[in-house]
Amino acid sequence: MSVNRRKFLEMTGAVAALGLSTKGLELIAKDSAHGNGNSSAIRWAMVIDLSKFMNNPQLTKKCVDACIKEHNIPKIENENHQIKWIWEEPYTHAFIEQENEKLPNAIKDMPVLLLCNHCDNPPCTDVCPTQATWRRDSDGVVMMDWHRCIGCRYCMAACPYGSRSFNWFDPRPDIDNMHADYPTRKKGVVEKCTFCDERLSRGQIPACVEVSEGAMIFGNLNEPLSPVRRTLANRFSLRRKPELGTHPEIYYIL
Amino acid sequence: MYNSGKVIIGILVFIGIFISPFLLNFGGGQAHTKPDPKIPVQYEKCIEDVEYMKAYHMDMLNEWRDLVVRENQRFMQFEGSKIEMSLSKTCMKCHSSKVDFCDECHNYLDVNPYCWDCHVTPEEVQ
Repeated sequence: MSVNRRKFLEMTGAVAALGLSTKGLELIAKDSAHGNGNSSAIRWAMVIDLSKFMNNPQLTKKCVDACIKEHNIPKIENENHQIKWIWEEPYTHAFIEQENEKLPNAIKDMPVLLLCNHCDNPPCTDVCPTQATWRRDSDGVVMMDWHRCIGCRYCMAACPYGSRSFNWFDPRPDIDNMHADYPTRKKGVVEKCTFCDERLSRGQIPACVEVSEGAMIFGNLNEPLSPVRRTLANRFSLRRKPELGTHPEIYYIL
Repeated sequence: MYNSGKVIIGILVFIGIFISPFLLNFGGGQAHTKPDPKIPVQYEKCIEDVEYMKAYHMDMLNEWRDLVVRENQRFMQFEGSKIEMSLSKTCMKCHSSKVDFCDECHNYLDVNPYCWDCHVTPEEVQ
């Protein structure tokens, strides 16, 4: 069979149209309907009250330590190797896009707790080649499966919030009071906050929220009367880098 | 036959080494020890029967892993009560020693499951 130029171009066009009509449109649809994954009954979200942390300098450490203890997180001196699920940064680092130089110093230096934003449209999950990280449709938690992680660190490059850490070494020697209720990770694996999915499945709230003395509020964003929704309805709130379209689900109020 | 002395000595040495385990057993020694995993005494029933667990515990643990991590199903029914599908928290509650239980057969068969790269054994808890 001989194919002339015209026939070849027709076939190429047909194949391209087919590709666009299924996969292409699917992608476009997914992008414009980011909130659609949000239609489940539960959508966990968190509100962090910055003023309460500003007035209580010990509180951030208390929350971070609760997480470290719960999840067997190593304490590593070298900043390049640190494992961080939830950590503290000054306001100017946490909200770089605010770019307001004339803020009061008290606010500029205010401690802000950062953690995985459990985005509705997470860029980290799209790039994972093994599906070791994914957004759980039933409640919106961005999960990690350490059994599957091959340590390629694409997710770390994709996350605009720096919420992921890589185990450059065996973390075990640096873990204080290791317990058997939660696994450690191993060398070559990426880890991050999972919204305490192990506690959620037992009906508990995340460990940091539990010790936060009310400075962190956790709840179901899809439930109109939940504490999270009521707080967001009454207070001005900020999210980190919302302009990227990731739809982060950690809200900050001041 | 050339070098018959050396060849015959060589054959005798080979036979000696070859039958040494049998000789050792005749002499009352033990050339071979069967693995002896320590079965917990205070519990009567495992989640499945012994034969199933011997053959398929690894498949079951993989299934549990997928259900818990990927399907968000952490609990199951056993003997009328809710138990957690967890190696460290459920299995090791009865089988309270990795060395005396898991390692017995795994060492014998020279298998090295990577469960314990991350999951913490009862022995490792400080």
